[in-house]
Amino acid sequence: MPEAKFRVKRYDPEQSAVQNGAGRDHYDEFTVPYESSLTVLEGLFYIQESLDGSLSFRYCCRAAVCGSCAMYINGTYRLACQTNVRHLGDGPITVEPMPHLPLVKDLVCDMTDFFAKYEYIEPHLMRNSKVPDKEITQSPEERKKLDGPIDCILCGCCYSSCPSVWGEDNYLGPAALLKAYRFEVDSRDEAKKARLPYFDNERGVYRCHTITNCVEACPKELNPTEAIQWLKGAAVRRRLLGRAK
Amino acid sequence: MIYHELVVVGGGLAGLRAAIEAKKQGVDVAIISQVWPGRSHSGAAQGGVNAALANHPESADDTWEKHAFDTVKGSDYLADQDAVAQMTKDAISIIYEMEHWGCPFSRFDDGRIAQRPFGGAGYPRTCYGADKTGHYMLHTLVEQAVRAGVTMYVEWFVSRLVVDDGVCRGVVAYDMIKGGFEFFQSEAVVIATGGAGRTYGNSTNAIISTGYGMAMAYYAGVPLKDLEFVQFHPTGLLTTNILMTEGARGEGGYLVNGLGERFMQKYAPKAMELAPRDITSRSIQTEINEGRGIDGKGYVYLDLRHLGAQKILEQLPGIRDLAIHFEGVDPIEEPIPIVPSQHYSMGGIDTDMDGRTVLPGLYAAGECACVSVHGANRLGGNSLLETVVFGRRAGAAVVEYLGGPGAKRQGAAAGEAALKAAHARVEELAARAGTPGAEDPYVIRAGMTTTMKDHFSVFREASAMRVGLDKMMELKRRVKNVGLRYTGGVFNLDMIRTVELEGMVDVALGIAAGALNRTESRGSHSRTDFPDRDDARWLNHTLAFNTPDGPRLDSKAVTLGMFEPQERTY
Repeated sequence: MPEAKFRVKRYDPEQSAVQNGAGRDHYDEFTVPYESSLTVLEGLFYIQESLDGSLSFRYCCRAAVCGSCAMYINGTYRLACQTNVRHLGDGPITVEPMPHLPLVKDLVCDMTDFFAKYEYIEPHLMRNSKVPDKEITQSPEERKKLDGPIDCILCGCCYSSCPSVWGEDNYLGPAALLKAYRFEVDSRDEAKKARLPYFDNERGVYRCHTITNCVEACPKELNPTEAIQWLKGAAVRRRLLGRAK
Repeated sequence: MIYHELVVVGGGLAGLRAAIEAKKQGVDVAIISQVWPGRSHSGAAQGGVNAALANHPESADDTWEKHAFDTVKGSDYLADQDAVAQMTKDAISIIYEMEHWGCPFSRFDDGRIAQRPFGGAGYPRTCYGADKTGHYMLHTLVEQAVRAGVTMYVEWFVSRLVVDDGVCRGVVAYDMIKGGFEFFQSEAVVIATGGAGRTYGNSTNAIISTGYGMAMAYYAGVPLKDLEFVQFHPTGLLTTNILMTEGARGEGGYLVNGLGERFMQKYAPKAMELAPRDITSRSIQTEINEGRGIDGKGYVYLDLRHLGAQKILEQLPGIRDLAIHFEGVDPIEEPIPIVPSQHYSMGGIDTDMDGRTVLPGLYAAGECACVSVHGANRLGGNSLLETVVFGRRAGAAVVEYLGGPGAKRQGAAAGEAALKAAHARVEELAARAGTPGAEDPYVIRAGMTTTMKDHFSVFREASAMRVGLDKMMELKRRVKNVGLRYTGGVFNLDMIRTVELEGMVDVALGIAAGALNRTESRGSHSRTDFPDRDDARWLNHTLAFNTPDGPRLDSKAVTLGMFEPQERTY
């Protein structure tokens, strides 16, 4: 039976408090046997169930659609459920929480700021005109503009990977701005300038220096950098030229 | 103690829709969820949501009545027809509402919401957003809940209901991030925690779909209805049971056996691959059992190659990604190996059309509830519909309940007692940690998932079910003696998964007992020893009441009306 060696970063706030933070940077090693196929998430469950009940990590759909299990695996942003150990080479598999975020415990990061920023950009369709009795029509071409940004699962990989986020706590980051873009390019949205103040400000699009780590980190192969550049253009057009959209 | 007028347990589509409805009408609402609401299992739904919009060129004369007929026939006549009528009528306005809120449905050339054919439906009436409809609907409702100002307690695990003098007065929940339990006092509680798929070892469901919400109601004396009706989706990926949407067949995909035959010809010559799920799953299982799986093995193929790359990339991009990542197969190039996989709990908390249970103050909506609109077999595209229709209705019913007479902020003593009980339970589990004779919760969990998969699957038969029921009773005895491995306060998965387990075992026992008791075949419940439907004896719902010795079964009449039961062929 094949085996995978897991090297898992551990952090326990309760232990760290009594040990003056000494527990912060240690790794535990585990050996996980498997039959033919093993994902990193399945490996973590094996460890939690059979080797060390104290291990903490997030999980839900195990099908790469919920965004819970974003982690840093062998130095790459990945969804643990979508990562098969077969594709990770022969060496030990190093599993760490997403870097540059505050920690809750082990592989669980604190996502409070991430979701506060998502809420800040007013992530909803804005309409002023009366809604029709039936659907608001939208051509397939208009709808196609939403492909991509609507597939964001808000896993946080882009946010964790962004040097502008590391350097500036207030920066909204790629995921929240991609969400703003998703509504700005929706033919049904009538925000005109209403959403502008939330991304056209010192917390918003100008903090993006097109480093494109977010593009590399995204497990859904989305392109937040491009969306942010579009928002910059839109902001300038509206400010300088007075255009609504 | 934390107070909100309404506490909604679960932040999937049903919970969000209930919360939004109550909040819009001025109620102070909080959602308590084990995961950030946008991560709920609703987001895994793929193929679509049914409403008789009549947008498709072939469905110009579609009506809610025809949708109701398909639903009732699909249910093998066990659905309550008044509830089905309500759902299919409400479907139209609620889909337009979702669209007005920004849900990115796919479109026809004329700009209207696109619709595709789905199993068991007489018309193409399944509205969809590519093959990610659940994800799009879920994010739309999260956005609307944020906009409405619904309070959200994210990563809190609700462990029990607080009942005082026969009225539900709140919940006790564990704060996963900070550690510790808290009493949430409320005037009403809506349970919207999803299905019990993970009681089976071969489920398409998210890992958090444990059925624990159903168990909480069950422990509070509310009956669970029709638990024996468990839907097996025809097409789960072979290695992981991850869902391959019915939309793949709606778009024209074939099911093919080891002889290269489109075998549905034998079982549903008219509907072919778009027969309802119960019939399609039985057909696949029959092919496998009779040695006509691929290379004689335990699976068949879902073949999409003839659809062409463009259609797959546009209409089924998510399916393709999942098949590549989880099965190593690109559907453009190769057929996808699939097996019938546990997918949906038709049964659940017994409610009326407004989500009310027999316990005043307690409501339920979505997959954890059983209204019943799905009866013995749910049609694809009706579960997303159920969540939003009955979530909205439950929210409205709570508003009405809160407006009625009665003292507010009652049950503080009961809440404190429940909080103490939750602490005592964890201390008991912790005290048993590492002691000789303490049961390993994960061994019991594995025993349960294997038993349910082996003994209460697509085909059922008395002697095998009796063996399975005995095994489940034994696990129920053993689960009393589980111990924790970890007693820390923060993000303690060991504690959550151990507490959940007891509820899962009781719900699984309800499935097992109901299945053995029902001596007929109806919808998803197919008995080789009783192959026919028996309306004279069994045209009624099963009710399971919790007792210390396992479920006590009773029955309840089915509401008929528009459609007389008839033989079900496709």
